[in-house]
Amino acid sequence: MQLSMFFQHLANAISLGSLYSLVAIGYTMVYGILRLINFAHGDLLMLAAYIVYYGRGMFHLPWVPSILLAILLTAAIGIIVERSAYRPLRDSPRTTILISAIGVSFLVENLGLVLFGGRPQPFPLPVFFDSGSAQEIGGVRIENVTFAIPVVTLVLLYVLLHIVHRTKTGMAMRAVAKDFDTARLMGIDVNRIVATTFAIGSALAAVGGIMWGMKFPQINPLMGMMPGMKCFIAAVFGGIGNIQGAVIGGFILGVAEIMIVAFLPSISGYRDAFAFVILIGTLLLRPTGLIGEKVAEKV
Amino acid sequence: MRKTKFVAIVLLLALFIPFLQGCGPKATGENGQGKEPEKPTEIHIGVYEPMTGASASGGQMTWEGIQLANEMHPEVLGQTVRLHLEDNKTDKTEAANAVTRLIDQKNVVAIIGSYGSSLSIAGGEVAKNKEIPVVGCSPTNPLVTQDNPYYFRVCFIDPFQGKVMAKYASENLNAKTAVIIRNVQDDYAVGLANYFKEAFIQLTGDDKCVLAELEYNTGDQDFTAQLTQTASLAPDVVFAPGNYGDSALMIRQARSLKITAPFLGGDTWEAPEFIEIGGVDVEGATLSTHYSVQATGTDASKAFVDAYKAKYNKEPNAFAALGYDAYLMILDAIKRANSAEPAAIRDALAGTKDFKGVTGTITMDENRDANKSAVILQVKDGAFQYLTTVEPF
Amino acid sequence: MSRHLKRDLVILVCVALVVAWANGDLKDLLGIPGWQSYAVRIINMCAINAVLALSLNLVNGFTGQFSLGHAGFMALGAYTTALLTMDMAAKDRVFFMTPLVEPLRNLTLPFLPALVLAGIVAGLFSLLVGVPALRLRGDYLGIATLGFAEIIRLIIQNVRKVTNGALGLKGIPPVVNLWWTLGSAFVCYLMLRNFLASSYGRAFKSIRENETAAQAMGIDLFKHKLLSFFISSFWAGVGGGLLASLLTTIDPVQFKFPLTFQVLLTVVLGGMGSLSGSIIAAGIVTYLMEFLRVVEETHYWGSITIPGIPGLRMVIFSLALVVVVVWYPKGLMGDRELTVAGIKGVLGRVRQRLRIKGGRPA
Repeated sequence: MQLSMFFQHLANAISLGSLYSLVAIGYTMVYGILRLINFAHGDLLMLAAYIVYYGRGMFHLPWVPSILLAILLTAAIGIIVERSAYRPLRDSPRTTILISAIGVSFLVENLGLVLFGGRPQPFPLPVFFDSGSAQEIGGVRIENVTFAIPVVTLVLLYVLLHIVHRTKTGMAMRAVAKDFDTARLMGIDVNRIVATTFAIGSALAAVGGIMWGMKFPQINPLMGMMPGMKCFIAAVFGGIGNIQGAVIGGFILGVAEIMIVAFLPSISGYRDAFAFVILIGTLLLRPTGLIGEKVAEKV
Repeated sequence: MRKTKFVAIVLLLALFIPFLQGCGPKATGENGQGKEPEKPTEIHIGVYEPMTGASASGGQMTWEGIQLANEMHPEVLGQTVRLHLEDNKTDKTEAANAVTRLIDQKNVVAIIGSYGSSLSIAGGEVAKNKEIPVVGCSPTNPLVTQDNPYYFRVCFIDPFQGKVMAKYASENLNAKTAVIIRNVQDDYAVGLANYFKEAFIQLTGDDKCVLAELEYNTGDQDFTAQLTQTASLAPDVVFAPGNYGDSALMIRQARSLKITAPFLGGDTWEAPEFIEIGGVDVEGATLSTHYSVQATGTDASKAFVDAYKAKYNKEPNAFAALGYDAYLMILDAIKRANSAEPAAIRDALAGTKDFKGVTGTITMDENRDANKSAVILQVKDGAFQYLTTVEPF
Repeated sequence: MSRHLKRDLVILVCVALVVAWANGDLKDLLGIPGWQSYAVRIINMCAINAVLALSLNLVNGFTGQFSLGHAGFMALGAYTTALLTMDMAAKDRVFFMTPLVEPLRNLTLPFLPALVLAGIVAGLFSLLVGVPALRLRGDYLGIATLGFAEIIRLIIQNVRKVTNGALGLKGIPPVVNLWWTLGSAFVCYLMLRNFLASSYGRAFKSIRENETAAQAMGIDLFKHKLLSFFISSFWAGVGGGLLASLLTTIDPVQFKFPLTFQVLLTVVLGGMGSLSGSIIAAGIVTYLMEFLRVVEETHYWGSITIPGIPGLRMVIFSLALVVVVVWYPKGLMGDRELTVAGIKGVLGRVRQRLRIKGGRPA
């Protein structure tokens, strides 16, 4: 394999990996606080992409308002989902909540099919990211959006770490993550903290959805399925609940997927299976993930 | 044993529920429980198409054409034609259920559908047992009509389509080498890619003219690994049959990786969204399809195009046109048979000869496939431009 | 007991007569036509879904191990049945791109052994999956089994020499009729019921209630979990085989996660831990899935046309799952079973209440 080709593959891999990282952060955020696999995370991502699509296409909003609108609406939807489908089950076994989450995921997808129709739609792109806006560095072609995604990821990572570790709400979040009841006894409004967590997680999904649309400008109501699954795997791999871990997990998954197709084209049909192998391997061999904290299972 | 008994009773009750519905007034015609003596004033034609699920777009486009045809030709033999649409959810079980429902509950005498060959195969099996003729609009897999004397189609089949594109690549583009990138989950893409490969090898006389067959899966959005490899092989053409959304994304990524080889595809690319998603990058993408507004100048096609534009405010594509033709071909068969009995319609359909459809002149061959020409389109200035018509060979 | 036995026999014979009638077996004998094929198809689907729901319930409801891998085992069963029952000519027609590998090409078995083998193949794969996966718990187990099912499907899709890949299989002999589907459902029910009444069943339930306590009582957790998983997958394979023969055509795309979703919905609706609940829910879900087509169809009322909304059914069903989980977490039956005594009790209570309302003393 030529060196330039290898570097091209590497650039592709980092580009995909950073996108996975971006979405995985939101996943891990919700899981870290609530120990809840939010199966509908990928579908919130889809909703955000559609809100921007309609905001730009139907109401001709400028970019900033339509993105803000998407983030706010998605956060609101996240709160509604939490309030109606997860909160009543907070004391139930985790599998019950997972079933509810699966139901929500299918509900959002099918509502999307009814409301938006099943046909893939073009995602609007700012000129800066549009066709032909790629840079060539030493024979390696990199799209502009590829530069933007890691920046967004790192900014969000910083903001999120700041919120969780440097603010009062963040402290409350950590307390809730440790123990619901004790947190309540300490005067923390648990419901409000959980709702905030969900709002932030959904907003992250929204940003992920918008960046996903910018990189792959084709949106459809089922577009959230694959990202949802892959980024969940990335989050588990990195150590679910650990925000830095999610970033690393996303990168590694992206790189691994590209490299499999690049070096072993004969098994490229198993590309998605590979992600699941990583998932199962992680769960079995190192359930805390690469850099996850150790959590004792309560008996 | 008490539980056993009650389960037995529950099973018994479960048996009755659908039966009660099945015995409704509509249902008495077909299953030999006494034929209604009076002549019905309506003819029922069923449609099963994927309105939701992965192939929803194809089903919706076809349904637009069928509806338009029904509006323009609402009567045959002095009776009103009623359309009954069932969604098959892009799912085989649902497709089989939908066809059963159409036949038993809606008393249809003929059925139109379905986008997606695997769905057509599942539905066709039911129709064959119930002896109701089905006309497929765009299922191009040869297996659809194989061993099924009740399945017809108004489109050509994949072996022909693959040959058309291979011929175009080798004769018009002077291509000596090709790379195939196909969706390994999609029966259409896998089949068509195979026929293209066979024909291309035959035309170039070179066993190694297909440099690589690369794969992706439904839901994949990142094709850069496959494309980087394609770039390093530097083929003359890239053949990439698949869903238009995926393919448009792929071509975008190919262009940003500086792959200049022309991309060739099949009839599934023909949708306005292909150009909307692909933007300037899909300029020059070439595909084979069933029909072009610019190619056929017959009165029938002009009437169709005008009516379609008036109703939907956009240009019709091949799937709408095929839906329109399928409906009219059934009406033509009913007229020729002078009867709305399924058996008579089937025989008349089998004898269809030189039917002047929007998508071309249709003659049923002995496999119940339409023997007709293909057109080649190319994206140019943000629209599908007609290049040439390829006659059957 | 003998009195009950007699009554059971009478009921069984009655059911058999109805099935014979529905199936069209009395047509030649007595000239009574069978039921409409749409009704028969729905009943077939009900029975197949009952097999699937019962088998998933064994793992999810009775053993408390959350599995989301049913679709994968169904796929294995469906492909095994299809490949073993199709004759050589049919196989050659379908495998026109990549020929089928030799021993399979020549091999054609009758339906029953093929169906049993389908279950066994699915069961053996479940051991491969279960040995590593069953060490996980709760939602992690669910996600891992979902991953395994997806891997199985991708393997089926990629091993073209055996499965014909994405092109799928066509021309599977349509052997299945009401006898097969209802018979399978009945056998499955009987087997699971007797099994759950045995010491194994009690061990399963104790694992569900409290793993640590069960272990302390000397129950080999892993062995029992694996056994439960094996039986469940065996019946998932049988269900897949029945489906393949009913449809006569299969392809890998059918066996994606939405299929598991539908079975899971049935189990949750019927009640995790209730066999009769699963059967009832299978009937309800299958029937409603067809009945609700009404909302998607165009209706003609004279000159007025009311267009349907395609896709609404799945919205209703996913909403139903959330509503049931949140508000009625026990589903229809909870972990109770439908019994004669239970129904008599309910009827008695209703009668009593009516009497009280009527103002007459009992």
